[in-house]
Amino acid sequence: MENILDMNIMELRGLLKNGKISSVELTRFYLDRVKKHDQAVQAYLRLTEEAAMEMAREADRRIKEGEEGPLLGIPFGIKDIFCAKGLETTCGSQILKGFVAPYDGTVIKKLKERHYVHLGRVNMDEFAMGSSTENSSYQTTRNPWDLERIPGGSSGGSAAAVAAGLCVASLGTDTGGSIRQPASLCGVVGMKPTYGRVSRYGLVAFASSLDQIGPLARNVTDCAVVLEAIAGYDPMDSTSIPQPVPDYTQYLGKEIKGMKIGIPKEYMIEGIEPDVKQAVAESLSCLEGLGATLVDISLPHTEYAVATYYIICTAEASSNLARYDGVKYGMRVEGKDIIDMYKKTRMKGFGKEVKRRIILGTYVLSSGYYDAYYGKAGKVRTLIRKDFEDAFAQCDIIATPVSPTTAFKIGEKVEDPLQMYLSDIFTIPVNLAGLPGMSVPCGLDRAGLPVGLQIIGKPLDEGRMLQTAFALEKERKVKSVPDRFRS
Amino acid sequence: MKINKDVVEYVAHLGRLELEPHEAELYTSQLDRILEHMDTLNALDTEGIEPTSHAVPVSCVLREDISRESLSVEGSVSNAPDRKGSFFKVPPVIEVD
Repeated sequence: MENILDMNIMELRGLLKNGKISSVELTRFYLDRVKKHDQAVQAYLRLTEEAAMEMAREADRRIKEGEEGPLLGIPFGIKDIFCAKGLETTCGSQILKGFVAPYDGTVIKKLKERHYVHLGRVNMDEFAMGSSTENSSYQTTRNPWDLERIPGGSSGGSAAAVAAGLCVASLGTDTGGSIRQPASLCGVVGMKPTYGRVSRYGLVAFASSLDQIGPLARNVTDCAVVLEAIAGYDPMDSTSIPQPVPDYTQYLGKEIKGMKIGIPKEYMIEGIEPDVKQAVAESLSCLEGLGATLVDISLPHTEYAVATYYIICTAEASSNLARYDGVKYGMRVEGKDIIDMYKKTRMKGFGKEVKRRIILGTYVLSSGYYDAYYGKAGKVRTLIRKDFEDAFAQCDIIATPVSPTTAFKIGEKVEDPLQMYLSDIFTIPVNLAGLPGMSVPCGLDRAGLPVGLQIIGKPLDEGRMLQTAFALEKERKVKSVPDRFRS
Repeated sequence: MKINKDVVEYVAHLGRLELEPHEAELYTSQLDRILEHMDTLNALDTEGIEPTSHAVPVSCVLREDISRESLSVEGSVSNAPDRKGSFFKVPPVIEVD
């Protein structure tokens, strides 16, 4: 059974179809693994064991009747930010404790239509605000490669669960790097698609002009298969793009000869760990060896991205999070009048980082400061977008590190929010420009911690990114699932 | 100093947050450093540049005015911390003598 961890969804589908394994067995295999290993990793907030077994039995019935589908009977762990009818959705926050979603969001609906198996809900930074999953109000998830270290964030539960082999794949969200950074730090594949490629209906909002849903998986093939299942236009999300979804798997295995890969000089900043630099450089040589051409490019406004991002995302968050007022759902703390009730509820219900961002966002939007901060950031965002447009005139894709460092120690950066924000320097510009970006494992540092390569594409060019990532994966053969979780 | 404790407390009030005294102090020093970093944007000349509010151009999306199933009343109020029938219950908003 253990080599199941190394199979991709296509291979699993073959086993399911031929009756070599049933979805019930596959689901039991993963549930048993969660029970055995999750005490160490703490990726799961809640298991939905009964529902999972029922979904698996239903999948088996359908497989027997000859039904085919890429996700039929495949077990997922889902970030606790997606509304699924009848399931608790806390977003890592006390303020939503006990909130039971009354409807299915679009991505959940799509997965249900494909008869996936929902194993449970995985941990995240509260309201997806954070880079380490330490801002979850429930538990501290650990990096499977070193349990003293953070898994990255905000989709840290997703990345850790996939890396430790506690599900086949996961859905995460990425506002400033929240899929790519934990994917990189946990050695898994993670993709943030083009803004608008995947519907956000039923996703608990953080910063609406930046949030995007995407897959985390142990290999590029699974990433492609899951992306194809969740992508597409949705009338319930007015920002979703009305373009057909290509067959992403057709890009896998296509050669990358002649592809022009842009290397931005501004990303070679001080503070990149030498081992990260080396793993990235080796991967680029590897791609060059496969016939790609490396092109020097410039993204001159990179150094302004973090400031721009934290103005825009906190502004949008302060507005989006106004809905948690102790009236419609979640927690309420009584007060002497309604305003007092709001204030006490929000004081008790939100964690430190969320409050910090609400205050910051309210400040940058407040009269007298609006032009200097929010107004200015919107203009700089235009410049950052234009940087990428100019760069893509010279190359097909862009390659960079995902994170300047490998996974840091638990507690190392919690007291210094600015330091934590600056660790997102390479992922944030992609969200500001609305581009697709992914992380693919490209090596290990000398301590054995994973390093990810970021591949950035033109709008809606996810296919070419997957093509490149697949080529690299085949050559570099970076191990997934650390040894201690192999048993 | 870009920001002081009074401003933090006022902004927290606007954001409907009550802060403990030690929180207000902590946030003041942290936000001060963050705002200082944000001021690096002032080095850029953005005269005449149109702001981007959305990464992809978003226009007003219209649909046919056809009624369809929506969330049930029970579904809407089922998570309320306090309710009366199909209504959300809140503390008095208007003072009555």
